[in-house]
Amino acid sequence: MGLIAAELERHGIATVAIQLLREVAERVRPPRALFVPFPHGYPLGAPDDPALQHRVIDAALRLLEDDALRPPVLVDYRGANLAREHMPP
Amino acid sequence: MASFSDLPLKWRTLARVYPWRRIDPVPWTPMRKPLAKCRVALVSSAGFVPPGEPVFDASKLGGDPSFRVIPGDIDVRTLRDAHRSGAFDHTGMVQDPNLAFPLDRLRELAADGRIGEVNGRHLSFMGSLSATGHLVRRSAPDAARLLAADRVDAVLLVPV
Repeated sequence: MGLIAAELERHGIATVAIQLLREVAERVRPPRALFVPFPHGYPLGAPDDPALQHRVIDAALRLLEDDALRPPVLVDYRGANLAREHMPP
Repeated sequence: MASFSDLPLKWRTLARVYPWRRIDPVPWTPMRKPLAKCRVALVSSAGFVPPGEPVFDASKLGGDPSFRVIPGDIDVRTLRDAHRSGAFDHTGMVQDPNLAFPLDRLRELAADGRIGEVNGRHLSFMGSLSATGHLVRRSAPDAARLLAADRVDAVLLVPV
C-alpha cells in the first residue's frame, strides 16, 4: 500500500493509508499513515458497524487536513478502546 | 494486531527478514483545497474483484501485481473476495465489504458534504505481494496515471 501511495503522491494526489502493522509503516514510510489496532482482515474495525468505520475513516481524513504534518506521517488511531469491544470472536 | 510479534510464527519470521522497500525520499502532495471540495477515490489491497472481471492469479510467483478497476456505482456486496492469503480471517470482509472497501461510507461522506465527491472508479490490488518490482515499475504508475486522469485530489488506501 505504501508503495502505491508514494506513486500517487508523485502524481500530485494526496494520500492517507490505513496501516495494520506499525513496523511495516516504519520501514516502508508511506507519506501519511494511520496505524489502527485491528487484526488483519478488519482494517476499519468491524463489519456492519458504519459508525466505527466512519470514526476510523474520519481519523484518516484528518491527517489529510492537517497542514502542520510533514512526511512520513505515522499517527495512532485512538478510538477510546473501541478496538477491544469490536474485536471479532 | 499491533506488531510483528502478534503474527503467527511463520509470518512473523517472514515479516522480520522481508526486505521491505523503503520509500526515500518520501513524496508529498499537500492538500490544495478543502476536503469538502475534493474528489476522493479508494485504493484497496483486499483483492476484491468486481463481477465479470478475472480474479487475481494466485499461481504467480511473488503475487499478482495487477489491479482491477471497481466502478463507482457498484453495489459493494457484489464484490468477490479473491485474496489468496490464508493468514487472516476473511469472514468480516465477506460479510461486509465496506470493512475493507468502504465505498458506502465514502458515499455517505459525500452526501454529508464532508468530502466533495466520490470518484467514478476505484482500484483493487492483491495484497501480500512478496515481489514488488513490477508493482513499483508498472502497475503503481499505471494506477496513479489513471486516477490523475480522473483528477482525483485525495485517495484513501485500505489494506487488509
